[in-house]
Amino acid sequence: MNIYINGTGCVSPQLTAQGGPLLGTLKEYEQVRLAVVDPDYKQWIDLKQIRRMSRIVKMGVAAANLSLESAGLSTPDAIITGTAYGCLDDTGVFLTKMVNQQEEMLTPTAFIQSTHNTVAGQIALLLQCHGYNNTFVHRGFSFENALVDAILILGEGSAENILVGGMDEITNHSHQILSRFGIYKKAPVKTMDLLNSPEPGTIAGEGAAFLTLSNTKGPGCTTMLTGVSTLYKPLWEGEVIGHIVKFLESNNCTPEDIDLLVTGRNGDIDQDEMYEEVAAALFPDHPEACFKHLCGEYPTATAFGTWMANALIAEQTVPEAAMFYGNPPEKINKILLYNHHQGTHHSFILLSHVE
Amino acid sequence: MSEKVWIAGGGVISGIGLNLQSCLQSFRDNKPGMTAMQYLSSVHRATFPVAEVKADNATLADLARMPEDISRTALLSMIAAREAWESSGLGDISQYRVAFVSGNTVGGMDKTEDFFTEYLKNPSGGRLRQVVHHECGSITELVADMLGVRHHLATISTACSSGANALMYGSRLIKSNQVDVVIAGGTDALTRFTLNGFNTLMILDQQACRPFDETRTGLNLGEGAGYVVMVSDSLAAQIQPWCRLSGFGNANDAYHQTASSPDGTGNYLAMKAALDRSGLQPQQIGYINLHGTGTQNNDVAEGLAIDKLFAPSFPLVSSTKSFTGHTLGASGGIEAVFSALSVKEGIVYPNARFMHQMKEIPFAPETQFSTGHNFQHVMSNSFGFGGNCSSLIFSKA
Repeated sequence: MNIYINGTGCVSPQLTAQGGPLLGTLKEYEQVRLAVVDPDYKQWIDLKQIRRMSRIVKMGVAAANLSLESAGLSTPDAIITGTAYGCLDDTGVFLTKMVNQQEEMLTPTAFIQSTHNTVAGQIALLLQCHGYNNTFVHRGFSFENALVDAILILGEGSAENILVGGMDEITNHSHQILSRFGIYKKAPVKTMDLLNSPEPGTIAGEGAAFLTLSNTKGPGCTTMLTGVSTLYKPLWEGEVIGHIVKFLESNNCTPEDIDLLVTGRNGDIDQDEMYEEVAAALFPDHPEACFKHLCGEYPTATAFGTWMANALIAEQTVPEAAMFYGNPPEKINKILLYNHHQGTHHSFILLSHVE
Repeated sequence: MSEKVWIAGGGVISGIGLNLQSCLQSFRDNKPGMTAMQYLSSVHRATFPVAEVKADNATLADLARMPEDISRTALLSMIAAREAWESSGLGDISQYRVAFVSGNTVGGMDKTEDFFTEYLKNPSGGRLRQVVHHECGSITELVADMLGVRHHLATISTACSSGANALMYGSRLIKSNQVDVVIAGGTDALTRFTLNGFNTLMILDQQACRPFDETRTGLNLGEGAGYVVMVSDSLAAQIQPWCRLSGFGNANDAYHQTASSPDGTGNYLAMKAALDRSGLQPQQIGYINLHGTGTQNNDVAEGLAIDKLFAPSFPLVSSTKSFTGHTLGASGGIEAVFSALSVKEGIVYPNARFMHQMKEIPFAPETQFSTGHNFQHVMSNSFGFGGNCSSLIFSKA
């Protein structure tokens, strides 16, 4: 069975929510923490609600609506989200008040909006969608599990159109705490220089990206979601390489069939070594594009990566800002998106062009 | 491809027992688990009874064979998941393609809230090891690493229906031949975060809760973990499975972030979808393990949805939350184990403290523990914040 990407929507540190060609106006930064460019949320949410909603809910609702609009759909049959950290802002607000006020005089709003399924629930509420609704919260596999769930549901035929998305937000608390783990650059770096940085550490990012998936091809569809696979804690790079070969085989292709490799390089010299190894072993002459210098590193960044890969196939070209190695291919039929999150969560997403 | 999905075993740790057998004994002896708080440190200690697992972290760590300083959510998960695995008789886990699908809502919040006390005084204060497992998914991985599961890992967080949705996803992973075995369910430890959160919603009962009773005034929080082991047809042929997961339904109420719609739209849709998927008529369900939290709102919405779907002939019903308290992300897993065992052994669990008939509905919960029922099909309901409603159906092997 074919699974078609009939629509997409994305809110990110790039100008992805306003339409136009991919990276038509590139946003460049020189900082270790990227924030999304907020679209005008009034398009989808009334003012009273906007004030009450945290950023992750707003960006999720916006990306979901953009995805449905581009698919020409008002309501999906199912909504599935992936978020590693969930609603950090409201969690932080409630936790801080609870500690500072010694568990007294607390109000419910932040608690209500702190649960990980808030975004999927709010989308359902705004769309009045009573269909299947699920939220995966598994670190670097959150978005991937959401995709797998959608593929399985479309496969069994119990839904025709599924809205699938991945999202995470940065808050002051989360950035402060994650910084203490030493995962970010010590000094600001220009985003367009990030991927060639000789130092460990990356930059923090955030965003929300949604796909509208269907087993029927929509009018504007250019891309099929051919396969998704995950690999947890590989023992060594050979296991990753073997996994990719098997994954491609199970989707009836080989590395030669891949026109463009899209990787999750994040500018951390230690973590990027795995991409070097894999490219050298399987894709030595393949052009490679990257996305985390555009959106920053976060556990559901593959949602942005998939959104971008879909746009690359739709436009049949790779903007210079996204190219990492080689020249843009003349024809983009198949893209393999390979990402790993902190070396433990490896994921593989295969996209194919459809006429 | 596996045509059916089988339940090969189950494990539970909750406020009424450290394993499934001791939970059953508490049902038989009519001993609910709500007491004054002993292990959670909170200013509300004297105000709200809770159904805590009756063991400190050192004891749980011994049982789990894990370090004492990791999140209680992971300790509870490990104990119940290992019991589930051992009860399946499948032996060496490394022989199979296994998925671990676990629901939870708090992750390592029990440690994070301790961290925050220090961190808010000084941004470089607090020990990082207290937040390193904050994420829900990290709890799942601590347990997966101990069990030796690597093939597929997933964590689901849909509030109080997390555990039930884990079984649904697990069922799809087996049917599509992604894996041979799934350990699925949920875990949650009591935390000040959830206790205070539910307190702000004013839905905590200061007495032991009274699900489906006209005089009910709220829920009691609980904690624990519950997992089933699900297997494909080919593996089921080699063991004595308990029963099948024959159907499930998931719907969104799309009414309010925390409250159920007055007529239980999502509840009805989830139960109806589960029946349809099982290919069953309502009268074929012998027993429903209710979501039955004891809040005004839940019990009337769930009750009316059952009335609409099942009238005029109602199955036996009861809420085991009257014993275990509401274990949130764990409840769907714990109650899946109770429901699977109910169909296997013909058990009906008692609904404690039921005295007064609800005026909105024509049926009442069972108040006595009983065995010897010949159930062909048992339903388990889990409804949560965010409008997430799920229903599972377990059927005779």
